[in-house]
Amino acid sequence: MAYKFFPHTDEDIRSMLNTCGAKSIDDLYSDVPSELVFKEDYDLPEAMSEIEIRQYFDYLGAQNTKLTCFMGAGCYDHYSPSVVNDIVRRSEFLTSYTPYQAEISQGTLQYIFEYQSMMAELTGMEVSNASMYDGCTATAEAMMMAVANAKKRNKVLISETVNPIVIRVVETYAKFHGVVVEKIAAEGGVTSRADFEAKIAKDDVAGVIVATPNFYGILEDYTGWADLCHEHKALLIMNCVASALGVIKTPAEWGADVAVGDGQSLGIPMNFGGPYVGFLCTSKKLIRKMPGRIVGATKDADGKRTFVLTLQAREQHIRREKATSNICSNESLMALYVTIYMSLMGKKGLREVNELGYSGAHYLAEKLVKSGKFELAFPDKPFLNEFAVKTTQDIDMLQTIGALEGFNVGLKIADDTMLICVTEQRTKDEIDDLADLLIDPLPEEAENEENNNETV
Amino acid sequence: MSKIIDGLYYSESHEYVKVDGEFGYIGITDYAQHELGNVVYVDMPEVDDEVAAGEEFGAVESVKAASDLLSPVSGTVVEVNEALEDEPGLINKDAFENWIIKVELSDKSELDDLMDAAAYKAMIGE
Amino acid sequence: MNNVYYGKLIFELSKEGRCGYSLPENECADYKMQALPANLMRAEAPALPEVDELTVVRHYTNMSNNNFGVDTGFYPLGSCTMKYNPKINEDMAAHPDFTGLHPLQPMGTVDGALEVYYNLQMSLAELAGMSEFTLNPFAGAHGELTGLMIIRSYHMSRGDEKRTKIIVPDSAHGTNPASAAVCGLDVVVVKSRPDGTVDVEDLKPLLDDTIAGMMMTNPNTLGIFEHNIAEIAKLVHEAGGLMYYDGANLNPMLGKVRPGDIGFDVMHINLHKTFSTPHGGGGPGSGPVGVRAGLEQFLPNPRVMKDDMDHFYVENNDKSLGFISGFLGNFAVMMRAYTYILTLGYNNIKNVGPLATLNANYIKESLKDCYELPIGGVCKHEFVFDGLKDKSTGVTTLDVAKRLLDYGFHSPTIYFPLLFHEALMIEPTENESKETLDGFIEVMKTIAREAKEDPEMVKSAPHNTPVRRLDDTQAALHPIVTYRELQAEAL
Repeated sequence: MAYKFFPHTDEDIRSMLNTCGAKSIDDLYSDVPSELVFKEDYDLPEAMSEIEIRQYFDYLGAQNTKLTCFMGAGCYDHYSPSVVNDIVRRSEFLTSYTPYQAEISQGTLQYIFEYQSMMAELTGMEVSNASMYDGCTATAEAMMMAVANAKKRNKVLISETVNPIVIRVVETYAKFHGVVVEKIAAEGGVTSRADFEAKIAKDDVAGVIVATPNFYGILEDYTGWADLCHEHKALLIMNCVASALGVIKTPAEWGADVAVGDGQSLGIPMNFGGPYVGFLCTSKKLIRKMPGRIVGATKDADGKRTFVLTLQAREQHIRREKATSNICSNESLMALYVTIYMSLMGKKGLREVNELGYSGAHYLAEKLVKSGKFELAFPDKPFLNEFAVKTTQDIDMLQTIGALEGFNVGLKIADDTMLICVTEQRTKDEIDDLADLLIDPLPEEAENEENNNETV
Repeated sequence: MSKIIDGLYYSESHEYVKVDGEFGYIGITDYAQHELGNVVYVDMPEVDDEVAAGEEFGAVESVKAASDLLSPVSGTVVEVNEALEDEPGLINKDAFENWIIKVELSDKSELDDLMDAAAYKAMIGE
Repeated sequence: MNNVYYGKLIFELSKEGRCGYSLPENECADYKMQALPANLMRAEAPALPEVDELTVVRHYTNMSNNNFGVDTGFYPLGSCTMKYNPKINEDMAAHPDFTGLHPLQPMGTVDGALEVYYNLQMSLAELAGMSEFTLNPFAGAHGELTGLMIIRSYHMSRGDEKRTKIIVPDSAHGTNPASAAVCGLDVVVVKSRPDGTVDVEDLKPLLDDTIAGMMMTNPNTLGIFEHNIAEIAKLVHEAGGLMYYDGANLNPMLGKVRPGDIGFDVMHINLHKTFSTPHGGGGPGSGPVGVRAGLEQFLPNPRVMKDDMDHFYVENNDKSLGFISGFLGNFAVMMRAYTYILTLGYNNIKNVGPLATLNANYIKESLKDCYELPIGGVCKHEFVFDGLKDKSTGVTTLDVAKRLLDYGFHSPTIYFPLLFHEALMIEPTENESKETLDGFIEVMKTIAREAKEDPEMVKSAPHNTPVRRLDDTQAALHPIVTYRELQAEAL
C-alpha cells in the first residue's frame, strides 16, 4: 500500500489491526452488507507522477487560447500584485479550517475582521459578513434577507439593468424559495423610474434590487429611490462592482439597506469563473438578519484584543432550518486575497485603477464611434470603464476574428450590441489594435477581393 | 434548583404567562434561562403583532444555542420589554421579573390548557 | 510569534502618504474621470490603509503564524476530513494557461479548461456510481441546495406539486435542514436508534405522498455505516421520494462503496474534503452534484458536454432547475481535485477509504478506556466519544479540546452531533502515520490523567497558544465587526 500520501508500512497496518482486534482492513467494513461493496476497479487512469501531471496540464493548457481581454460583464481582468498570491499560498492560511477554535485561528479571524472593515469602507455600509460564494448568490441571499425581514411579503423587484447572469441566479433561488420576482423595465440603458414607482406603490414589495454600475457599465442616478423604498417598507439592495466603489457613489450614500456584489474585480484572477468572493454589507440594524459568518472583536482571558466568530446563533449549525441561510464554507481565502489587494492599493491605488480604466474606455469608445462603424448604445449616459456599442457588423464574426488575432473583443449582448470593458492592464497599443480590428476586421481579404475584382 | 412562582401558567416549552386582568405577561422560566446559558439576544415581535397559542413569536439566543419562543396563549402584543434590547442578560438575572412581551388575551380559556406551578415543577423533575 | 508589534490591524500600520502599489502611466490621460457628474461619485475616498509593500508582507506573514493548518500539525476535526493538500495541486491550479481565462471567452478558446471540467465530472461519476455531475456548486451546502432543487424539479416535472417535505435524520449536519428551508421544503425529522443508525420503524409512518425525499449521510455523523440503507432506499422509493446523499462523509467510502450503487439518486461531494483541495480557512470549496440516470436534465445550467467528435461545449437546457452560479463554479478548485485524482490513479484511490477507516478505529480502540464510547463496534472514518469516562472531575469536552491546543494538536469537532451532551468527534485521515496517531493518543491519555490530578489547569487551558480563551459572550452581546466600530469602542 506504500504510496507518497499513505505513510502506512505493512508492519504498521498489522500492528494497528491487532489493536482493533481485526485480522484485515476488510473486517473494519464488516458492517457493510457485502452486496453493497464495490468490488471492481474504478475506470480511471493509472497513477501519474508529478512529471507526467505537469506534462498533461501543459498539454491541456495548450488547448486554451490566451486572449487580451476586453470583456467584463461581471468578471474583470485587473492586475494582482505579486505580494497577494505569495501570501495567500502560505499553508498556515491555505490549509486551515473555518476558525472555530479561535485560540489557534487568530490569523484567519483577524484578516476576516480586516476584510469586513474594508468592505464596509468600500460600500459605506456599517457592517459586512465574512464573505459569500460570488456576486450572484450574494444577491440571491440579499433577496431572501429582504423577504425574511418583511415577514409577510414575498415579492422582490429587480431592475432589468442588473447583470442578466445575476438575475437568472436570483430567479432560480426565488422559484424554490417561494419568492415572486418582478422586473423593473429598462429604458435607454437605465432603470425606469416610472415603472419602479408604479410597482413599489402596491405596498407588497419586500425588496428592490438595482445595480451600480449597471450591466451596461452605466452609472445610474438613484436619487430618491431609497426614500421611496422605505416609505413602502421595502429594502433597497444594490448590486455593485467592487473595484468601481473606490470612486463611484456608494450604496450607503444612495441610502441602500444592503450592498452586495462580487469582489473579483479587486485583483482576483479570472480563473475561468472561480473562485471569486461575494460580499454582503448592511446596516447594524439588520446584522442579525445577515447570512453567513461574522467575525467580531473581543478580549481573551488576559485582556488581550482578539477576534472570534460571533452571532453564530443565526447560522445553520445552531439554527438548522430556521437559520438565516444554509451557507457554511464561504470564500475565506479569497477574502484574504482582496484584503491584501486593498491593503496594497489603499485609497489612492483604487482611484488610479479606476482612472486608468476610465481613460482607456473613453478613448476606445470615442475611436470606435468616430469610425462611423459603431455608435454608443446609450450615448448620453455616463459610464466608467465598460460600455455598450451598436454596430451593423456581425458580432460573432468580430469575436471569431478577434480570437484569431489574440483578442477577447467583448461580449455580444444583442444581435447588434456588444459590451466592451477596459481595465488598467490594457495598454494604449492594445486599445489601438483592438479598435483597428473592430473597425476593419478583414483588411487583407478585402484587399484580395478588390484584386479579384480587378482581374475579373 | 430552579425558581418557580405560584399563580403563573406554564407551557411545556418553558414559557410562562402572568395574568393581569385582560393582559398576560409572557417570558421564559428560570429553568429555561438556566438551560440556555448567557442570553445574548432576544428576538421580539412588534407591538400590534398577533400571536397564537403554540406558535412562534420570537427567539432567545445564547452564544452557542438558540431557542424559539412559543406563545402559550393567543392575543395581540401591546408591549415588548425594550430593556431586553440593550440588556438581554436581564433574563438570566431574573426570568420572571423580566418578561418578554405583554399580550392582550383573546381567549382566556386557553389558560386552562397550561400547567400550574406544581405541574410544571413535576415536569422539569424538581 | 511576535504579537507585540504585529498584533496590530493593518489600519493601525497606515500612515498618510505611504503607498504599496505601482501602476503604469495613464497613456490616455486626456480622458479625465472628473468629467463624470459629481453627484454620481463618492464624496470621500474609502478609508483604506496606506502602507508600503514590506509592511503588508510582514503583517500578513506574522498573522499567518497565529494560525494552525494541516501543514502545521494533526487536525482530527470530525466530519471535516482535514487531509493533506498536495503541493502539486496548487501548482496546477496556478497554471498560467488557465488562470487568465475569462469565463465567457468564445468557445474554441477554452477547450483545455472544458476538458478538465468534463473529465472531472466523469471521474466523479465513476467514483460515486452516478450518471452525471455538475461542478457548478461552490461548496457542500450549495451542493445540497442544488441537489434538493433537482429533487423538487423532478417532482414538479411530473406535476407532483404536493411533495414539499424532506426527511432528515436527527443526527444530520445542520446544513441539511437549513438547505431544505432555503429550497422551500419542510423538514421532517426521523429519529436514530440507540446504535446511532436511522430508526426504520420511525421512518415508515413518515412516508406518504407529500415526501419529496430523504437526506442521508452515510456513514452518518457518528461514523457508523447505515447498514439498513438498502431497505430505507426501497421504502423511500416506494413512497415516490428520492434519496439524497450528503457527501460530507464520502472519504471512507472511496474504494469500498459507491453511493449510486446503494440506492441514492442525487448527491454532492465536498472536493475540499474527499478530494484534497485546501479548506482555505473556510473556503473556497466546491460541491459537485451527481445524479443517477434519468435525472440529468434537471442539473443546473450551464453544463459542459462532449459531442461525438470529442468536442467540448457549454449548453443550457430548458428542463434544468435553472442557474445557481454566475459561471461554471470554482474552477481553480476543480483543477486541484482533478490533479489529485490523476496523482492517485485508480490503483491508489481505492486505498483512501480503508486507510482512513483503519486510522479512526485505531484511535477509538486505543482511547476507549479513558473516554466514554457510547456506541461500540467498528466505525468508519470517524467516531464520537461522549466526553471523558470519569465525569466526576468537572472537566468538559470543551476543556479537553482547549488543552489539546497546548500540546500542538488541533481539537476534534466538539458538541456535535447533538445526540450526546459531551460529543467529541474525531476524524484522522488516511494521510496520518501511526507515529502521529500514537502521539495524539498519548496526549489524550495525558489530558484524561490531568483532568483527575489538576482539573483547574485543564479548565483554564489553553496556556501556550497565541491568545487565551476568548470572551465570546461579550462579542455576541455587543458585536464589534469593523475597525471603525473598534475605534469608537477603543478596544
